[in-house]
Amino acid sequence: MKKFVELTSRIVPLPIENIDTDQIIPARFLKATTREGFGENLFCDWRYDVNRVERPDFVLNNPLYKGQILVAGKNFGCGSSREHAAWAIQDYGFDVVISSFFADIFKGNALNNGLLPIQVSDGFLERIFEAVAKDPETRVLVDLYAQLVRLEASGDQETFEINPYKKSCLINGYDDIDFILNQRDAIEIYEAKIAG
Amino acid sequence: MGKTLVEKIWDAHVVKSDAGFPDILYIDTHFIHEVTSPQAFDGLRSRGLPVFRPAQTIATADHNVPTVDQHLPIKEELSRYQVDMLTKNCAEFGVELYGLGHPFQGIVHVIGPELGITLPGATIVCGDSHTSTHGAFGCIAFGIGTSQVEQVLATQCLLQQKPKTMKIEVNGTLGKGVTAKDIILYIIAQISAAGGTGYFIEYTGSAIRALSMEARMTICNMSIEMGARGGLIAPDDITFDYVKGREFAPTGEAWDTAFAKWKTLYSDEDAEFDQTLNFRAEDIEPMITYGTNPGMGMGISKHIPATADQAVSEQPSFQKALDYMGIEGDTLLVGKPIDYVFIGSCTNSRMEDLREVAEFVKGRQKAENVTVWIVPGSKQIEQQAIAEGLDQIFEAAGFHLREPGCSACLGMNEDKIPAGKYCVSTSNRNFEGRQGPNSRTFLASPLTAAAAAITGRVTDVRELLEETVYA
Ligand code: SF4
Repeated sequence: MKKFVELTSRIVPLPIENIDTDQIIPARFLKATTREGFGENLFCDWRYDVNRVERPDFVLNNPLYKGQILVAGKNFGCGSSREHAAWAIQDYGFDVVISSFFADIFKGNALNNGLLPIQVSDGFLERIFEAVAKDPETRVLVDLYAQLVRLEASGDQETFEINPYKKSCLINGYDDIDFILNQRDAIEIYEAKIAG
Repeated sequence: MGKTLVEKIWDAHVVKSDAGFPDILYIDTHFIHEVTSPQAFDGLRSRGLPVFRPAQTIATADHNVPTVDQHLPIKEELSRYQVDMLTKNCAEFGVELYGLGHPFQGIVHVIGPELGITLPGATIVCGDSHTSTHGAFGCIAFGIGTSQVEQVLATQCLLQQKPKTMKIEVNGTLGKGVTAKDIILYIIAQISAAGGTGYFIEYTGSAIRALSMEARMTICNMSIEMGARGGLIAPDDITFDYVKGREFAPTGEAWDTAFAKWKTLYSDEDAEFDQTLNFRAEDIEPMITYGTNPGMGMGISKHIPATADQAVSEQPSFQKALDYMGIEGDTLLVGKPIDYVFIGSCTNSRMEDLREVAEFVKGRQKAENVTVWIVPGSKQIEQQAIAEGLDQIFEAAGFHLREPGCSACLGMNEDKIPAGKYCVSTSNRNFEGRQGPNSRTFLASPLTAAAAAITGRVTDVRELLEETVYA
């Protein structure tokens, strides 16, 4: 799994609430049997018209905005369990998603792939959107060790929560399977106990 | 202090619980399907691992399959490839597959209960968010991502944080034309599409207890639409009667042992929930959604909310949803012409749904402007519907009974709602493009969907039910 420790980057703002996984990656693109290549169709129906021409008003098509941090409205990633949503965001080039609220399954999927979901307060999210509206080149610093996210120019910052186990997974680049495979003995003992 | 049902089941499945780490939770049953499993099998291959407990893994093909001419090869190349991949992976790793052509094939959340694989007190996962459906039997059942599918294939366990618990109580008697689907759409509209995030929800109360197993599955199915990890209902005689005698349900001594255990599956009187909500069945009308998430629903007689009445921060998203749907705030939805009716999906494609619709449409004709698809949840349901002559009733009404699959629930197979068209759908999601690019979805119960099919418009089914009575 990809490691994550620290990042300073420009941001891509998407101030829409309840962005569901069908918007992130529509179902018709889930037919691939590998994890790569989903970035091309990230936010497909917002990004392209029916003839696959870029819609100029969508933020990913706006040359003013770029960066490795996606900032979105609350309840990001609701809907289906498709991990393809996390893969698509990562494959496009994002390493961090900031929102004031994440859907559960999305959050878990992101963490399992080294994509860092950061939950900030409604107020701080609002201030990030305001900053980038004023200056599209706004940069944000993310420090996973310190669990800190900061608007570089103003110094406005907030700490965020992350499960300590998940934090160490990200920092070391190991995943749940690596961890759980080491627990085979405990699993077999449990099974024997249940079987009586 | 007593325990909630979720805590009882959870605690019985914890392999290991260390401070600072998520619990290692043992998974009794793992369902897989063609869309979210190929990368997981690849993961096993690259780690050189077998499936740890293949007998506890069951596969079916549902998301990508066509719902006509299933005996022919799948036309769409990528879908065919994905289904073939599943067949190949199951053969290689020794997993039982109920694929196309198999008498047990169907939507993963329909076949588990139907075959008696879904049992009270179990832990059940699947790479699909509507795994919550199985909670109707008093199980901990939830959707997982592909990395977790790989984890369960490799170890039959999952690293999981113990969830918070919520109790939702619905008491009273449902009015005429009001069904389980309306209960759950009502609850979601009350608490929003994010109101259950982080929770496992236990549904209780006299209105829930009175429901059949099929109706309970409809309720639990949509738990995820309020963000909850899962939802469940304590098992009772209705549950046990349903399970008994099914294909893979325990028999003889094994049944007796299981039954004794199942009887202990309830939340203790003094158990504490992190949150409790109460609703009255009498307050619930037939429901319909008007927007682009399942929380944007209302009683069918109501006006669509106005954007100006929303919190300021929510107004842009709200207006965007109305624009997408091509409707205006502060107007009635009843009377709006529609183009398609879809009766199907793991929410409402079971025998009871089909019977209810057949009874309602018997002797009636669909409106000319509407295309109606009825898609059974499984091969067994399709066969049963034919045995009961429901296919004849549907045909006479101008409806089309198709073959089993996820169908128009998600725009992934051949059944798509065309751009700009309106569909009254019994499925569970009304997201933008969910039923096909730029399609527009109104979620409702099978009865409300059937009523729309007859009139060609969004309709309050209660008016047509009156007609039946006085005819
Ligand atoms: S019917 Fe719809 S919600 Fe249910 S499993 Fe299939 S795609 Fe998912």
